[in-house]
Amino acid sequence: MEVFIVSLLNGLVYGMLLFMLASGLTLILSMMGVLNFAHASAYMLGAYFAYTISLYVGFWPALIIAPILCGLVGAAIEMWGLRRVHRNGHIAELLFTFGLALIIEKGVQMGWGLLPVPYRVPALLDFPLFSIYGTNFPAYRAFMLLISGMMFGSIWLGLTRTRIGLVIQAALTHPEMVGALGHNVPRIFTLVFAAGTALAGLAGVIGGNYQVTEPAMAFTMGPIVFVVVVFGGLGSLTGCFIASILMGLIQTFAVVFDVSLADLLAKFGFIVTSQTPLAEVLTVTLPRIGALLPFLMMVLILVFRPRGLMGTRDT
Amino acid sequence: MRQNFGLRMFMGVLLALGVTVTAQAQQTIKIAYTDPLSGPFAQVGDANLKQMNYIIDHMNAKGGALGKKFELVPFDNKSNPADALIALKSATDQNMPFIMQCSGSNIAAALIEAINKHNDRNPDNRIIYLNCGAVATELTNEQCSFWHFRFDLHVGMKAEVMSRAIPKDVTKVYMINQDYLFGQSVQRDVKAFLAKNRPDVTVVGDELIPLGKIKDFSPYITKIKASGAQALVTGNWGPDMNLLIKAGIDAGADLRYFTFYAHLAGGATAIGAGGEGKVLSVMSFGENIAPEIGNKEAEAFTNGFRQLHKFDFAAATFRTIFEYLQSAINKAGSVDPTKIAFAMEGLSQKDFLGYDSTMRKDDHQIISAYYVGLFKKGVKYDAEGTGLGWATTATIQSKDVNQPSTCKMKRPSA
Amino acid sequence: MSFVRRNWLWLLAAIILLAVPFLFYDWTKGRHSGFALTLLSEIGVMAIFALSFNMLMGQAGLLSFGHAVLFGLGSYCTAHAINAVKAGTFWMPIELVPLVGGLGGLVFGYLLGWLATKQRATAFAMITMGLGELVSAAALMFMAFFGGEGGISIDRVMGTSLFGISYATPWQVYCLVLIWAFIAASLMKLQTETPLGRIANATRDNFERAQFVGYDPRIVRLLQFTLSGFFAGIAGGLYVMIYEIVTFDTLGAAKSANALLAAYIGGAGGFFGPILGTIVVVLLQSGVSLISSAWLLYVGVLFIVMVMFAPVGLIGLIGMHTPIRRIGRLGELVVPYLRAFPAALSVMLGFVLMVELASNITIGAAQGKKFAIAGTLIDTGSPVIWGIGLLGLIGGAFWLRIEARRFRLRWDALIEDAKRQGVVV
Repeated sequence: MEVFIVSLLNGLVYGMLLFMLASGLTLILSMMGVLNFAHASAYMLGAYFAYTISLYVGFWPALIIAPILCGLVGAAIEMWGLRRVHRNGHIAELLFTFGLALIIEKGVQMGWGLLPVPYRVPALLDFPLFSIYGTNFPAYRAFMLLISGMMFGSIWLGLTRTRIGLVIQAALTHPEMVGALGHNVPRIFTLVFAAGTALAGLAGVIGGNYQVTEPAMAFTMGPIVFVVVVFGGLGSLTGCFIASILMGLIQTFAVVFDVSLADLLAKFGFIVTSQTPLAEVLTVTLPRIGALLPFLMMVLILVFRPRGLMGTRDT
Repeated sequence: MRQNFGLRMFMGVLLALGVTVTAQAQQTIKIAYTDPLSGPFAQVGDANLKQMNYIIDHMNAKGGALGKKFELVPFDNKSNPADALIALKSATDQNMPFIMQCSGSNIAAALIEAINKHNDRNPDNRIIYLNCGAVATELTNEQCSFWHFRFDLHVGMKAEVMSRAIPKDVTKVYMINQDYLFGQSVQRDVKAFLAKNRPDVTVVGDELIPLGKIKDFSPYITKIKASGAQALVTGNWGPDMNLLIKAGIDAGADLRYFTFYAHLAGGATAIGAGGEGKVLSVMSFGENIAPEIGNKEAEAFTNGFRQLHKFDFAAATFRTIFEYLQSAINKAGSVDPTKIAFAMEGLSQKDFLGYDSTMRKDDHQIISAYYVGLFKKGVKYDAEGTGLGWATTATIQSKDVNQPSTCKMKRPSA
Repeated sequence: MSFVRRNWLWLLAAIILLAVPFLFYDWTKGRHSGFALTLLSEIGVMAIFALSFNMLMGQAGLLSFGHAVLFGLGSYCTAHAINAVKAGTFWMPIELVPLVGGLGGLVFGYLLGWLATKQRATAFAMITMGLGELVSAAALMFMAFFGGEGGISIDRVMGTSLFGISYATPWQVYCLVLIWAFIAASLMKLQTETPLGRIANATRDNFERAQFVGYDPRIVRLLQFTLSGFFAGIAGGLYVMIYEIVTFDTLGAAKSANALLAAYIGGAGGFFGPILGTIVVVLLQSGVSLISSAWLLYVGVLFIVMVMFAPVGLIGLIGMHTPIRRIGRLGELVVPYLRAFPAALSVMLGFVLMVELASNITIGAAQGKKFAIAGTLIDTGSPVIWGIGLLGLIGGAFWLRIEARRFRLRWDALIEDAKRQGVVV
C-alpha cells in the first residue's frame, strides 16, 4: 500500500511533466503536420533561459519571461523558416527542425558551456510539503502538478471556448475554407507554433531544475515526447493528457513489479534454467525494461489502431 | 547550383585547412587522442583535453622525452567506434606512435582489436594504445593485448575498493546499475567482493536500468526505502547518476550513495548542497588529497590548473600516463612503439602524490593507489564552485587492489 | 561497344573510384593512406545504405527512422558467420560474406516490416522509430547475440578467398567494397524498373488508386521493405569487413538519421541522389569533424539551406540544367556562375569564420586549440578579425542577392527558350 501510494504520486508528477512537453508538440503536429524535432530543444532553451534570468531577477519572473522568449523564438522560426519550407513537404519540414535542433545544441554549448548549470529549485519551494510513510513529497513537485494542471485547463478552455481557438480547430481540418472565410491562416500557424514552443519552454522552466539542465537534455528527452503524442492520438488534447499520465504511471509501476517471463512460465510448471533457449530474454525482469515499455506500447497501438488512443484521424 | 558549388568549395577549403594543420614538422612526439568532442557528450572530451594539455605543458617544461616535446592531436570520435577507427587510421598514416582514448569500453574494444591486427600486418608502422579510462575488466583479461596499456583500475578493482570503502555501520545495501556490460560488471563484482571482504553486508536488492532512458528515479527510491537499505551502490554515470541521487535527496530518503563517478565533471553541480555528507565516490584522485597528506608540490600543480581554467582538476591518471611515457621512451632510447612497449611493461614508479604504482607486466594493467571521497562542506578545494568538495575518507594502496589476471599475453618476437 | 555507350557513367565512376586512392598515396613510404581508404570504403558502404533507404523513401514514400536496425542486424549476422567460418563450422568464400548480411537483413526486414508496413506515412515512421529504440536498447542488454558493449569482433583474414586474396590491407577491402557497391547499386537500379518498383511508386503517389487497380499496398510496402532490408544488410556486412567489429551503435538512431540526411541532401527523386548525398555527409562527418568541433552546426545549417533553397537535392539541381543542355546553351550559364561564385564564397567563409571564432573563444581556446589560418596564428579577441567575418557574411549576402537576381534573369530566359524549342522542362 505504501509503495502503491508513493508510486502513484511519482507517476503522476512524471506524467504531468511529460504532458507539459507533449501538449505543445501535439498542437504543432496535429495542426501543422510538422514532426518537430526541435521541440525538445525548445524545452532545453526554456531551462537555460530560466537559469540565466533567475540569476538576475529570480525564479518567478523567469517563469513568465522564459516561455515568452521561447514563444518569440518559435514565432521567428515559423515566420522566416518553416513557412518557406512548408510547401516542400513534410520531410523537408522535419529536416528543417532537425537542423535547427543541431544548431540550438551547439549554440547552447557555446553560450552556457558544456557542463550542467546550477539551475536550482527556488528557496520558497525547496521544502518537503508532506511526508507519506517516511518519504518526503517536495513542495516543488506539487507546484509542478499545479502548473501543468493549470496549463491543461487553459489550453482546453482556449481551444474550445474562445473564438481564436475555434478558428484554430477549423484551420486544422479545412485550412482553405478558413482562409476563404477571411482568416489569415499563415498567422494562425505562426501563433500555434509559437504557442507550442512557449509551452515546451514552460516545461523547460519547470523541468530544468527538477531534472538537470545540461546540453544533452534535449537529446535525451526527444524520442519519448513523440511517443506520448502519437500514442495519445493526433488532434486530441485529452488523448495526449491521458497518454502522458499513462506513460508516467506505467514507467513508475513497472519498477515496482519484479517479474519476468520466466516467473510467468514457472506458474505453468515450466522452469527456465540457463540452458533453456532464449533464457537471456525470458529472465529479463519488468523493471529492466520499464523505460522501454512506452516504445513497445507505441508500436503496438500504431499497428492495431493507427489513430492512437483518442485521435481524430489516422497518424 | 549555387549551393552545389558553394558546398564543394566549403569542403575544399576546410580540407585544405586540415592539410596545413597536419603537415607540420615531425619534431614532436605525437599522441592521437580520440573521445567525443562534439554533440551531446562533448563535455567528456572537453574536460579531458583541458587537463591533458595542462599536463603536457608541465611535462614539456620539464624537458619532454629524449629532448622532444609531447604534442596532443585530438580526433573527434562522436562516441562511435567506426569514427575512432578512422581516427586510428589517420594516426597511423602520420606515423604517430600513440593513440589515447578514455571514454567507452565499446570503443576501447574496437581499438584493441584493430591495433592488434594493424601492428601484425604492418610491422614497420606500429602504434600503442594508451587507455585512460575504459574500464571493462576483460580488456586486460581475455582481450588483453601487448599494445594496450590501461592507466585506470578496471571494474573488478574499483569494485574491491568500493567493498572496502563501505563504513562499518552499513550492513544493508541496494544496487542500481545501467544495463550494459559496464553496469552488469559492477553489479557482479561488487557483490562478489562484498561477500569476500564484508560478509556482514547483505545486498537487499539489485536493479538494472536501461542506459539513459529513465527520466524520473523516484519510483526506484520508493523501492529502495521499502527494502530497508542504508546505502545505495551505483556505477551509473551522467544523467542516470545525477537524476538518481537528486531523486533520493528530494524524497528525503535516509540513504548514503556510493558511486563510481560522482566526482567527475558535472556531478557536483547536479547533486548540489543537498548531497552533503551523503555521497561517496571511488576516485583515482581528488584535489584535497595533496593538502591532506601535506604534499605542497602536488597541491601547487593541481591549484595551477584551477587558476588557469577556473575548474577542478580530477585527472592525476593522465599525469601518470605521461610520466610513464616519459620514462619508457627515455628507457627505450627511441620513439619506436615496439621498444617503448617493452620498456613500459613492468615499469614501476611513484606517482606525483608519492604513492607506488606499477604497470603490471602480465596484463598491462596499472596498479595504483585509489581513493574514496566524501562530498562535504569545509574542504580546502570545493568542487565546481558548489562550496562542497571531496574529502578523502580512505586511501587504498596499490598492493590491496592487485587482483590476479587471466591474461595470456602474446608478445611480438622483435 | 553498345554496352560501353549505355553504361559509360558506371564505367567512368569505377575508373575514378579506383584512381582516387592514389591521390593520397604516400610515395615516400610506398603505402596507401589508410585514412583515405577507410573514408572511401565508408562512403561506399553508406552509399549502399542510403540507396536502400531511398528504396523506401524515394520509391515507396515510406519514411523510416529505424533503417539502421536492418543495417546493424545484417552486420551482426555477418560477424557471427565469419566467426563460424573461422572456427571451421562451415566453409564460405570471403567474397560472398556480405551476402550473409543481406540475408540477415532480408529476414529481419520481413519480420520487422510485417509490423511496420501495416501503416504508412507518419504512423510508419513512428513504428520504425519505436522498433529502432527497442532493438538498440536490446543490443546492450543481451550479451549472447550482440556481445554487449564490446560488440562482436572478427578477423577478416580468413584464408577462404576464391581468388587467393588475403584482405589484410585496406586497399583489398576497398576493392571488395567497390565491387559489392556496384553490384548492389545496379541491382537496386534494376529493381526500380521491375513491376514491384513501379507499383511502389504508384502506392507512394496515390495508394488508394493503386488499391483500386487491384494491388494490395500493404504487400507492396512489405516486399519493398524486405528488399530494402536485404541491401541494407549487404551494407552492414561490408561494414564488418572494413572495421572488423560490430557494436550496438550500428543499430542506433544516429545511423538511421545519416541515411535520411544523405538521401535528402543528394535528392530522393533521382536514383543517384543518395550517392551524392552520402559523399557530402561522410565528408562532413568524418572529414570536417577532424578540423572543427562545430561541424554539427554546419550540418544543421546545411540542412536548413538545402530544405529552404534546394528541396530537390543535389541531383535535382543538376537535373534542372538538362533542358538548357538540350538546347545547347549551357555555356551561357558559365559567366553568371562565375560571377555568383565569389559572392557565395564570401558568405560562406564569413559565416565559417564567425562560427569558428565564437567556438574558439567559448570552447576551443580552453582546450588548448590555436586558431590559425594558413599557418598564421590569429588573435580571436581582436575586433578586426570579427569585422572581416561580419563583412564577409553581410557584405557577401548583399552581393550574392544582386548576383542571384542577375542569374535568375538569365536562367529564366534560357528555360523560356528551352520551352519554346519544345524541350520538356
